[in-house]
Parts: sequence; C-alpha cells; structure tokens
Amino acid sequence: MLPSCVRAVSKQSAIPKKYLGGILSKNNYASEATFETKPYKLHKLEESPSTTVTVSKEDAIDMYTKMHTIRRMETSAGNLYKEKIIRGFCHLYSGQEAVAVGIKAALRPHDAVITAYRAHGWTHLMGVSPLGVLAELCGRKEGCAKGKGGSMHMYCENFYGGNGIVGAQVPLGVGIALAAQYKGTDGVCIALYGDGAANQGQVFEVYNMAKLWNIPCIFVCENNGYGMGTSAERAAACTNYYSRGDYVPGIWVDGMDVLAVRECFRYAVNYAASGKGPLVIEAATYRYSGHSMSDPGTSYRTRDEIQEVRQTRDPITSFKEKIIQTNLATAEEIKKIDGEIRTQVDEATKQAKTDSEIPMEELSADIYSVNLEQQIRNVDPFTSLVHKRIGAAVNM
Amino acid sequence: MATIKSLSLLGQLNKLSYVNRHFSTTKLTAAKQMTVRDSLNSAMDEEMERDDKVFIMGEEVAQYDGAYKVTRGLWKKYGDKRVIDTPITEMGFAGIATGAAMAGLRPICEFMTFNFAMQAIDHIINSAAKTFYMSAGRVNVPIVFRGPNGAASGVAAQHSQCFAAWYTHVPGLKVISPYNSEDCKGLLKAAIRDPDPVVFLENELLYGVQYPMSDEALSKDFVLPIGKAKIEKPGKHITLVAHSKAVELCLEAAKELSGKGIEAEVINLRTLRPLDVDTIAKSVSKTNHLISVEQGWPSCGIGAEILARIMESETFFHLDQPAIRLTGADVPMPYAKSLEAAAIPVAKDIVEAVKKLLKVK
Repeated sequence: MLPSCVRAVSKQSAIPKKYLGGILSKNNYASEATFETKPYKLHKLEESPSTTVTVSKEDAIDMYTKMHTIRRMETSAGNLYKEKIIRGFCHLYSGQEAVAVGIKAALRPHDAVITAYRAHGWTHLMGVSPLGVLAELCGRKEGCAKGKGGSMHMYCENFYGGNGIVGAQVPLGVGIALAAQYKGTDGVCIALYGDGAANQGQVFEVYNMAKLWNIPCIFVCENNGYGMGTSAERAAACTNYYSRGDYVPGIWVDGMDVLAVRECFRYAVNYAASGKGPLVIEAATYRYSGHSMSDPGTSYRTRDEIQEVRQTRDPITSFKEKIIQTNLATAEEIKKIDGEIRTQVDEATKQAKTDSEIPMEELSADIYSVNLEQQIRNVDPFTSLVHKRIGAAVNM
Repeated sequence: MATIKSLSLLGQLNKLSYVNRHFSTTKLTAAKQMTVRDSLNSAMDEEMERDDKVFIMGEEVAQYDGAYKVTRGLWKKYGDKRVIDTPITEMGFAGIATGAAMAGLRPICEFMTFNFAMQAIDHIINSAAKTFYMSAGRVNVPIVFRGPNGAASGVAAQHSQCFAAWYTHVPGLKVISPYNSEDCKGLLKAAIRDPDPVVFLENELLYGVQYPMSDEALSKDFVLPIGKAKIEKPGKHITLVAHSKAVELCLEAAKELSGKGIEAEVINLRTLRPLDVDTIAKSVSKTNHLISVEQGWPSCGIGAEILARIMESETFFHLDQPAIRLTGADVPMPYAKSLEAAAIPVAKDIVEAVKKLLKVK
C-alpha cells in the first residue's frame, strides 16, 4: 500500500518540466528564474495561489542553504542518538525540509509559529543556531533551553515550540493568533501538525472557534504519510486533509517543492492577515527516518518506497537541480555552500558533545516566574532545594 | 439545573453566614456585606479596568451573564472582545486561552465547573504549568483557570468532586481555594496579576453567601498574598486546618466546642500551592493537636499532604496525639439526599473528632 502522499507526487520529475526562463546577467548567471509548480488543490476557495513562481538568486541560495543545514543537522542528530549522547526522543525532519523552509520564506517578522514534536528544523529557522539546537538535543548548557527541554521543547522569539503532546500545539497556535488579533497587529500564527494529529478532537474544536472568530491562524497538516507506523489511509476516513476543516477553506500543496510552499504561504499569510480568517493547508511530504530514532521505519513500509522518494522527489536534490539548470548558481557554488554547512554543523556537533550540562542548582530554577514556594522539595525532606530565577520571562 | 438548585440553597446558607459574621469580628455593624459571587465579579471587573490585556473566555460568560452569574454585567461593560462566549469545547478553549497567555495576554479561563476541566486538564498541566520550566525560564504563562469546584448539592457523582489535590500535585501551578468574599476578591485579583498559571477553585455553594467586607477589601487596591494562610479564629487546644467551604464547617464546630471550653484554632489555608506550612506548624506548636478538614477524597488529598509535611518536620514532636484527616468519604458522590449528606464531613463530625482526640466526653 502506497500512501496517498507518495502517490500524489511520485509521478513528478525532480527536474522542472517547464523552465520558464530567467534574467541572465553578464556572467551568464541568472539573477532570477521562473518555474511552474504542481497545481494546488482547493477547498472552498475560488482563487488559487499562482502556479508560476519566480525566485531570485539570493532567495534561492538562502532557501537551499536552510534546507541543507536542516538535513545536515538531522543527520548529525541521528548520529548523536546512535552514540547515545542524545537520549529519549529524537524525531528527525529529514525529507520534510521544504515545508518549513518554504513557509518561513513567506512569513513576516511579526508572524508566529508553533509546531509538533518534530521541531529541530523549525527551531533553527526561527533563529536558533545549529549549536543551540544540537546542544539542546544533547541536554547541554548551550542548548536553546539550556538542556531542560530536550528534543521537543525548544523556543525563541515568535516560536512557541515544540510540543510533545500530539495535537496540543494546535489550540495553542489558535491562542497565539488570537493574541495577535487582540493586540491589533496583523500577525498570523502558523500551527503545524501531522497527518496523525489531524484526527485529534481538539483540532476540530479549534477549527470551529478559529472560523467563528475569524482568527488569523493557518493550520498546516504536514502529511508525511504515517502517524508513527500507521499510514494515513489506515487512520483517517478522509485523507484529503486540506478539506477536513469543512467550513474552513483549504489548499493542498506539494510539500516537496519549496517554491510551491512559499507561494502557497504568501497567499495564505495575505489571506489570514487581511481578516478573512483561518485556512487549512495540507503539505504533502515524506519522512525518510522512522517516527523516532527507536523506529527503523521499515515494518510498515518498504525500503523501496523510501528509496523511490529519495531518488525522485527529494526536496533538496530537486531544488539544487533547479538552481543549477537555471544558472542561478553553478555546481561549484553549491558545493562550496555544502562544504560550509558541513563545517558549521560538524563544529556545532563537536561543541555540543563537549559542552557541559547546567549546574545542579538549576534543577530548581525557573519553575515559576515569580516563585512563592519557600523551598522546593527535594527527593528527601532533609535537604531542600532553592528556587532560582534565571530566564528572561517574556510575559511579565 | 445545577444553578437553580444552588440558588435554592441560598436562604439556608445565608443563615450560616450570619452565624459566622457574629463570630469572626466585633466591628460588624459597620462592615458592608457582599456575596462571594459579587466579590469575584468585582475582582474581575477591577482587573479588566486596570489592564486591557485581561479578558475572560468560557462557556456562557458573556450574553448569558455566566452560568452561575459570576461574570454578570461584564460583557455589557467590556464587549465581545474581552468577554468571549465559547462553544462547549473545554479542551479547545483552554488551549486557546493558554496560547494567548504564552503570547502575552492575561486570560481568565472560566470552566462552568471544574468537573468539565478534566477534558482540558492536559492544557492546564502540560501546556500551562510546564512551559516556563521547559523553556528554561523564557515563556511564562500568565493565565487564571477558574470556576466552581468541589461538592455541590444534588448533582450526583460527575458534578460533585473536589479537584484541589489534582492541581496541587503539579509544580508550575499556583492553586488557590478561597473561602469567603474577602478571600475571593483579594486572591482572584492577585491571581490575575500573577505572571504564572493559577488554578482558582471556587465553591458553588458559597456563591450566594454574604460575608462582611472591610473598607480595605472594598478598595480597588485590595490584593491578598498568594501562599499565605489566615487564622480565622485563634485557639489554644487544637488546630483545625481547612480550605474553601470546609473552613465554614470548622468555624461552626469551633463555636460549638467553645461552649464546652475547647478553643480550636481555625486556619483558612486560602492557597493550597504553595502551602503555608509555617502557619500550620506554628499553630500546632501551640495547640499540640491537628485535624485537617476537607470535602475532597482522602487518598493523596490535601489533608494527606498536610499531615505528611507535619510528620516530616520538627513539628511532629509537638503533637500529643496523631494528627488526623476529616475528608469526604472514599466513595463517588451519591445522588440520594441522605447518602449525599453522609459522604462529606459536617460540623458535628469535626466536634466529635476533636473530642476524641482531646479525650473529652
């Protein structure tokens, strides 16, 4: 059984079928190029995002760099897990990079994001360095949550995690969007969840409230084909996730094409920010790794299926080919970028591994932003812990 | 239905409040009376006036004026933006309120009763209580979850339960269980101003009861400290420690005991997390006897925690008798009137327990 997301995009060639031309500079390098995306599928929408997308050299390099950095970071995380330095949970984003990078490229500085437990890539895109992510995964002090959050709990400005409870981030995302509406900014919140979480009751509860109150929340179902080991078809009576908001309009987008994703979210951000209310967007994508590091990911799908996606529709390889074919950059330039990323991530990995954990006194730090407990109970009643305040506490 | 039933009890309860009134202070003729409901209402009104980030969200809070009329008039005054009626979807709106708090607003999330908050408890604990710690002190969540809690009247097992112990269990939460009108006003205002998640457990049976309000308590600046218990009645023979409606039972019992020459010290906990153990310890050091009184279930309850803490501390050596708990019986709440009455402690139970502990006939 091939999940619908694979079927939907497996026919697509990695090489753009239709190169619509670019503007060439004197060096024969293009300063921009135009491509045709796969058609979007619409639910209760009249107007579609444009299937003709133009990208500047600068933006293309930026998006390529970000996707490749996430891929390298996740490879490194996988290795750190196998070395038993990363403990517990570790859900890799490899294969899904075009979704996050495409969305981020469409956001404005005051837009917010909240995602599920597959959060490493998003954390980096929202402003945390590879060291901040990798050190967090290792539970070390340079981690963006000082090692106290771990794989699923990373935060930075306008980024509200990382959430370990499947589906819980979706109502939170609507609340973050409600706050933007309340304060009168035109900010939107992107609330991401997987095809598995799409079946959670609370998601439907907040589709309803978001639509009722016109809240600028963009629901994003990253359909990677599997909720843990259960394929979308085995879990959902309707796998057209973009239509499952019923009265909330929706769009299906090829989540392996970073330019299609960016175009779709330019449209979506504009839609939500202009007071039209929420949207449900399904990004069809694929995860190469198992659900988490403890899952080899091969009992419920074939190795051939994974290989086929890697070879025919990898979001990074296909974008790289587009960039080179349209002369936005040369193969040498790309190779140089790859090398720089490798060096940066390897250096971050090394630093994360050798970094220390926070001192023991921080065991009882930042439980409360204003602590009222005289002492924090320890494992025994003989020696109490003392509450300490360290973090910035952004909502005082 | 529950509302109507509770209102029908008001006459009876008001009589009790008069008893307490004469009991607790001597300057009563001057003090203004206010119901618990109105004190909660004025706390929210004043805080909404003070800070435009404060808003209320919940079922029937706006146009219906509140299922128990606690938010009466606020929608008319503040409008749709700040008093938001939600559909009957607790998990969804508790999550939305928590998200709004993460993004800098100050939501008051009303549950029609805390029984229904069980549908949303994941957001209270996993989303609200833990985020500040998980984010290493970055994202504090200034939210108040409030609504009626505890044994109600004639509503059977699903609508009659105390959740105090459930929330008090959780690091990252502050938990308040007020007794009278002053408590409610001063502590709800403190809860709304507090930058951490606060669970505020009201009592349906007390909403319509009037209590005296001092001039100070009527002021807009009246805020009580979270985490401090109040000695409602000083005494020297035994310490009775309680929260919410059980405080009233203790005061009744103390009055009866007083007639027999036994002076009980009654501690109104006000806050359950953090628990004001110092006040209890100090009292026990003086009285050498301790009974905890609550309406919730015994296992892992508030009384269990109090007794454990006393047992573990130096105060243990001040006890002349083992400390004991009076709690709700360890059964789901029955509907039948006589059985329901037997399922939670009454003043007589306290009197008997005190006499037993003090070996008085």
